[in-house]
Amino acid sequence: MLHMMEKAFLGSPVREAAKLAFANVSRRRFLQGSAAGFAVAAFATTAEGFARYKTGGDAMSNGLRYDPHIFVSIDADGTVTIVAHRSEMGTGSRTSLPMVLADEMGADWGMVKIVQAEGDEEKYGNQDTDGSRSMRHHIQSMRQMGASVRHMLANAAAEMWGVDASSVSVGVHEVTGGGRKAGFGELAEAAMKQPVPEFEALSFRDESEFRYIGKGNIGITDLHDITTGKAVYGADVMLPGMKVAAVARPPVVGAEAKSYDASAAMAVPGVEHVVPLPASIMPAKFAPLGGVAVVASNTDAAIKGRDALEIQWGDSPHGGYTSESYMEEMRATAKQPGQVFRAEGDAAAAFAGAAKTFAQEYSQAHMAHAMMEPPVAVASVADGKCEIWAPVQSPFGARGDVAAALEMEVADVRVNVTLLGGGFGRKSKCDFVIEAAMLSKKLGMPVKVQWTREDDIRHSFYHTASVERIEVALDGDNKVTGWRHNSVAPSILSTFAPDSGHQFFIESGMGHVDIPFEIPNLSVENGKAMAHTRIGWFRSVSNIPRAWAVQSFASELAAELGRDDLEVMLELIGSDRKLDPPKQGFPENFWDYGEVYDEYPIDTMRLKNVLRLAAEKGGWGKQMPAGEGLGLAVHRSFVTYVATCAHVKIVDGKITVPEMHMVVDCGFAANPERIRSQMEGSAVQGMTIALYSGVTFEDGAAVQSNYHDYQMVRSDNFPEKVHTHIVPHPFSVHASGVGEPGVPPVAPAIANAIFHATGKRIRDLPMGDTV
Amino acid sequence: MASVTINGEARMLDGPDDTVLLWALRDMAGLTGTKYGCGAGLCGACTVHVDGKAEKSCMMTVGDVAGKAVTTIEGLSADGDHPVQVAWREMHVPQCGFCQTGQIMQAASLLAENPKPTDREILDGMADNICRCGCYERIVSAVRLASTGV
Ligand code: FES
Ligand code: FES
Repeated sequence: MLHMMEKAFLGSPVREAAKLAFANVSRRRFLQGSAAGFAVAAFATTAEGFARYKTGGDAMSNGLRYDPHIFVSIDADGTVTIVAHRSEMGTGSRTSLPMVLADEMGADWGMVKIVQAEGDEEKYGNQDTDGSRSMRHHIQSMRQMGASVRHMLANAAAEMWGVDASSVSVGVHEVTGGGRKAGFGELAEAAMKQPVPEFEALSFRDESEFRYIGKGNIGITDLHDITTGKAVYGADVMLPGMKVAAVARPPVVGAEAKSYDASAAMAVPGVEHVVPLPASIMPAKFAPLGGVAVVASNTDAAIKGRDALEIQWGDSPHGGYTSESYMEEMRATAKQPGQVFRAEGDAAAAFAGAAKTFAQEYSQAHMAHAMMEPPVAVASVADGKCEIWAPVQSPFGARGDVAAALEMEVADVRVNVTLLGGGFGRKSKCDFVIEAAMLSKKLGMPVKVQWTREDDIRHSFYHTASVERIEVALDGDNKVTGWRHNSVAPSILSTFAPDSGHQFFIESGMGHVDIPFEIPNLSVENGKAMAHTRIGWFRSVSNIPRAWAVQSFASELAAELGRDDLEVMLELIGSDRKLDPPKQGFPENFWDYGEVYDEYPIDTMRLKNVLRLAAEKGGWGKQMPAGEGLGLAVHRSFVTYVATCAHVKIVDGKITVPEMHMVVDCGFAANPERIRSQMEGSAVQGMTIALYSGVTFEDGAAVQSNYHDYQMVRSDNFPEKVHTHIVPHPFSVHASGVGEPGVPPVAPAIANAIFHATGKRIRDLPMGDTV
Repeated sequence: MASVTINGEARMLDGPDDTVLLWALRDMAGLTGTKYGCGAGLCGACTVHVDGKAEKSCMMTVGDVAGKAVTTIEGLSADGDHPVQVAWREMHVPQCGFCQTGQIMQAASLLAENPKPTDREILDGMADNICRCGCYERIVSAVRLASTGV
């Protein structure tokens, strides 16, 4: 995301994703091109089943790497060390990507060690962990590098034994041939000296041979450390001589500390320094907010010192930001025509000639990510170099930003990535890392900056606040002939560039212009809304308000017409087809999650399939007891299709969700076990979004501050039984990610179920926990 | 300065008696398995046992535990083989993992007091501990597994 934002900001064209110009590698071509010197018979595998396809991965900054020497090493004792170059924030990618490589290579998982890469995209290729891209972009390179090492091991054995490579075969962690046998460890040195085979010369495992890929039989690599408290997150890094800082940041973005009294802070035992930090004004990208830092010998003293500061804050141009009036303004804007982003057919004529029209408005408040681990970073600046330890989603991005802030060369900054105690997009923005680096440089000692929960909720890069207005034109037979969707929300772009008040192609690609409905006349519009706080991306991003609006509206339309939700939802999607963006009035810069559209087209068959399955599994249509209801919703995001069927039960006015079905079509399912955990997590986070997630502003400052007024769903009321159904696909159906796509359909499914349970329609998020 | 038994070992914790126990454990005793999530008793990430009972270490001071026995995740078992930890791994509970030490300490104390809790008692007994990643279903299953073996 970050990278996309910067591209959009800089206006530079997205690099052609043409580096991988490989067409399908046919079996015949493979047999002819066995350049590495052994025939396909060496393995009971063929190149079939792995025809390489293009992804957006090559167009990401610094692209992808295919050289196994970067990612794999083998010790003489047989230990296989695989580099995890993406950040681990809970999806399991730190395990799943090495697992793909290990399986293809023939490694025994028990002999695999995973090491985390530092932020170095020149070496590892793109490391920007968001956009549900880790598996989507890297599954092929992991397989290729695994296959390369397998070939290199086989070739080394053949050379060593003086036999033809065709008589050598690679089993699990060993190579056999000509009556001989050698472990990977014995062959390691010779194997890694072998030339790396070209892709065309590689054979790949047949899917039937996978031991780990697609099986879900591997636990996450950090499981033991996590359950024993040994896992290292950002705050767990302790350096000799390290100080801890807590920062009082301006309550309103852009305000300076005009003056402050540090005497009470300095009186706190352990407090050593009070350091003012310069304020930043929007757009500031990820520059810290400024304020006053209290630096102490330990975290307790730093926080107490910070709380004891007395600060007079100056004015900010955003001091008038108040959510209540702002939402009203956005509602008024949504009723006016907006800037047209997609026009298909003639919507104006459809509405002019309509037998009737039907319109509704849906809103959502700002959200803070509130990942369990608040922002934290350790920096050590000494001798013209800076070393960072931090839970960052974009370690290379952080490295560049720190270098720029300290006026250092990128080469002189090193970023070590700890585990992330959740990220959800917040830890893509490295303001907290820059704070630590600036303080360490100024004081000449290692500094940890610890954010409190209050800091996190008051100083986020917030999920946008929005009003989505949808209006349809109906003909005399109640068929939908026209669709107008005006989306009004301050844009993420305001964090990167002077604010135009309009959304940009990445936001409009998320459930807005890509509306998959078969309606002859569409007008997809965006009304102006200026940003008055830092807007950023939050897991699933604009898909949340769009799915909320579109899927709630579909259910409302069904009720309006006295029809069944499922029937109307399927009818709106229409016939089986792949949408044709240029022919259907999509904007020229339509963003299909950065992918080559033809590789990941919007496929209504897959969309309807997950919806039908969710309805079927959830028992859609069955008689429900009083006070209970089912609700459906379906949404494609990050090129993955997810449908939800929520069962809501109202108990003494309280919303409960005893059961939820999540049907996910993410192409080839590389690690079904972690796909399930992501769907379970999405159900919970989706319910939190539905019930509780609202940050509001008064006079420019966030009102909420901690889990008492920014609540989370807890174990006493959560979607208790989440059934995940994964649509099975062979490897040829391109794998896509699951970190984000589970979230968007959850809130509308819950609201639709509440409607069926109670007759009450909810249009504003968060809805609270009672009806 | 207070003398406290931490994970079975008598220790002196330097600094003022009003130092928040969580930070004393992390910064002074070097026991970083106990996590900060809210500092206000709202999330349970900092849960430890004080004289065998689950407490939120962000809501206690060093002075509060003088002369008492504090157990952190590091001291719950020798090799991470407490039945709750074993069940946690068997159910593959964690996602990001950050809340999990607090969850495990809470679950261990819940089962110590009530070895055979009903499902409702598990749901309510774990409700002080937030998991932002949403691992609740597996948390509940793991507590049940640790309690009943199934
Ligand atoms: S950190 Fe103690 S309850 Fe949240
Ligand atoms: S596993 Fe991430 S907060 Fe619980």
